[in-house]
Amino acid sequence: MYSKISKKGGGTLSNEGISRKKGFFYELKRKKILFMMLIPAMVFFALNSYLPMVGIYYAFTKFNFQGGLFKSPFVGMDNFRFLFESGKLKQLTINTVGYNVVFILSANILEVFFAILLSRVVGRMFKKVSQSIIFLPYFISYVVLNAVVFAILNCDSGYINTMLVSLGAERFDFYGTPWVWRIILVLCYLWKNVGYGTVVYLAAITGISEEYYEAARIDGANIIQQITRITIPLLVPTFVILLIFAVGGIMRGQFDLFYQVIRNNGVLFEATDILDTYVYRSLKQNFDVGMGTAAGLYQSVFGLIIIMLTNGLVKKLNPDYALF
Amino acid sequence: MKISTEKIIFNMVSYLLIIILSAFCIFPLLLILSGSFTDNLVLTREGYHLIPVKFSLEAYRTVFEYPQKLVTAYGNTIMVTAVGTILGIICVSMTGYVLMRRDFKYRNRVSFLIYFTTIFGGGMVPWYVLLSKYLHLTNTYAARIFPSLMSPFLIILMRTFMQSSVPEELIDSCKVDGANDFTIYSRIVMPIITPAIATVGLFLAIGFWNEWYLTSLFISKKELYSLQYFLYDVLDNINFAKEMAAITGQPATNLPTETVKMAMVVVVIGPIIFLYPFVQKYFVSGITIGAVKG
Repeated sequence: MYSKISKKGGGTLSNEGISRKKGFFYELKRKKILFMMLIPAMVFFALNSYLPMVGIYYAFTKFNFQGGLFKSPFVGMDNFRFLFESGKLKQLTINTVGYNVVFILSANILEVFFAILLSRVVGRMFKKVSQSIIFLPYFISYVVLNAVVFAILNCDSGYINTMLVSLGAERFDFYGTPWVWRIILVLCYLWKNVGYGTVVYLAAITGISEEYYEAARIDGANIIQQITRITIPLLVPTFVILLIFAVGGIMRGQFDLFYQVIRNNGVLFEATDILDTYVYRSLKQNFDVGMGTAAGLYQSVFGLIIIMLTNGLVKKLNPDYALF
Repeated sequence: MKISTEKIIFNMVSYLLIIILSAFCIFPLLLILSGSFTDNLVLTREGYHLIPVKFSLEAYRTVFEYPQKLVTAYGNTIMVTAVGTILGIICVSMTGYVLMRRDFKYRNRVSFLIYFTTIFGGGMVPWYVLLSKYLHLTNTYAARIFPSLMSPFLIILMRTFMQSSVPEELIDSCKVDGANDFTIYSRIVMPIITPAIATVGLFLAIGFWNEWYLTSLFISKKELYSLQYFLYDVLDNINFAKEMAAITGQPATNLPTETVKMAMVVVVIGPIIFLYPFVQKYFVSGITIGAVKG
């Protein structure tokens, strides 16, 4: 996720020139075993990623299961037209992108912040234990998260409503109030992911040479100055790389999070439905393959455009950070 | 003297903030744990508390009295996790190894093909149709294992680790000694990269353990459910009460449904919490490889 495909190091061997002339079959014969070792990956990506691309065609059909790929009636742009005209696509896109922007910014800021604090804290034991605790939710499944959220928020026995009642306040119906979920989902995301990100940034901080800080201390810099003048500037590359990766995935929502926390509570959809959950439900509940494919294709193409634009922009500003 | 007071204040503030974050992270889990040990009637009447208002083991008693489904789901998931993790490690490490070999002419092209899948795809629906209609994976274990065997992230992690820890001269000298490419991989490279195997293996294992999505798409037979999807089913209110009534032969109103759900959650995440202290460091080292070398 955080590495990019390296372009360096190619063509270091002297026989490169020869093999290029001999072509693919010469290579295949000479490196038979290496090619064979690639078979699992080839099969895997062919079946999971490349062959399904053929199915993009479903987006232009009124798909039925018997007809399959070849015999389902062709309907042109009807599916897309429906998605656009019903306003569905606009709302889904706004939700997907909006949540992602908030997720990315809030998570990264918190992660940098806590990574810095953790790197500076003196107590070794404290550091170890707290790091373990904040990393723990990353390993908990989203299904469990659903139970957690329910235990805290449900109207009758939820922790918050229990507290409200004991304080003499009115109960609050979280599961009937769409707007609060914009906050709750962000909190859920942070709960699951801040630990992971903090470890990433902590690794980057550990990589900073102690000499910088020593020199700064000799010059009389206090802790805050050391952080703002040394640590943060040196974290910028990691921050930017993570940010670019995240922007590349901005059209892809946190499907597990949204689906498991909201489930099929239609009351909340206006505030919580994203492209991924819409596609999933169009398949699972309505079995509308054509519509699901259309929404998915829109997501993929739009996502690709955003990646290209981001990458182009980054290349112009600072080629070192470009993805490809 | 000034520096030390500043240090003390900074540390105190840091401690406080980190404790707040830790509390935020651990609190929900404690709430579930407490709920599972509470008397069902008291829980529905007085709600969740951090410490059980009225301690009771009835939820766990119910869970373990009728364990068949839970045990089946557990067994399924352990099997899938074991098979999937081992196969996944083999596939990911072989791919990483080929892509790491400088003398493999097509490695950049193959790397790009793998990377490309992260930026563009046909979407989930065509993928589902391919696997279910054309490959007939519905209601098979393969449907729960195959799609999660590899990921571009793990392959790149593996390759990066190999590049930094397996010197090229070593591979060259093995070739001179007459070892073939697979022998070099299995005898020389694999022993060197055990830390990366541990990390990749854990990423895979946690993925298989927490898997519910593939089950929801491809599995309709209850005896093939994964543990998480079983829990998903349990958490679904109405079904669960009905089913429990059917199994236990008692009316649903007599059963501690609410606390049983919480007990189920505890039983499902138990192994993870138990193993967590031992495996955490491999994740941290794995993430560190990805972050620093990225």
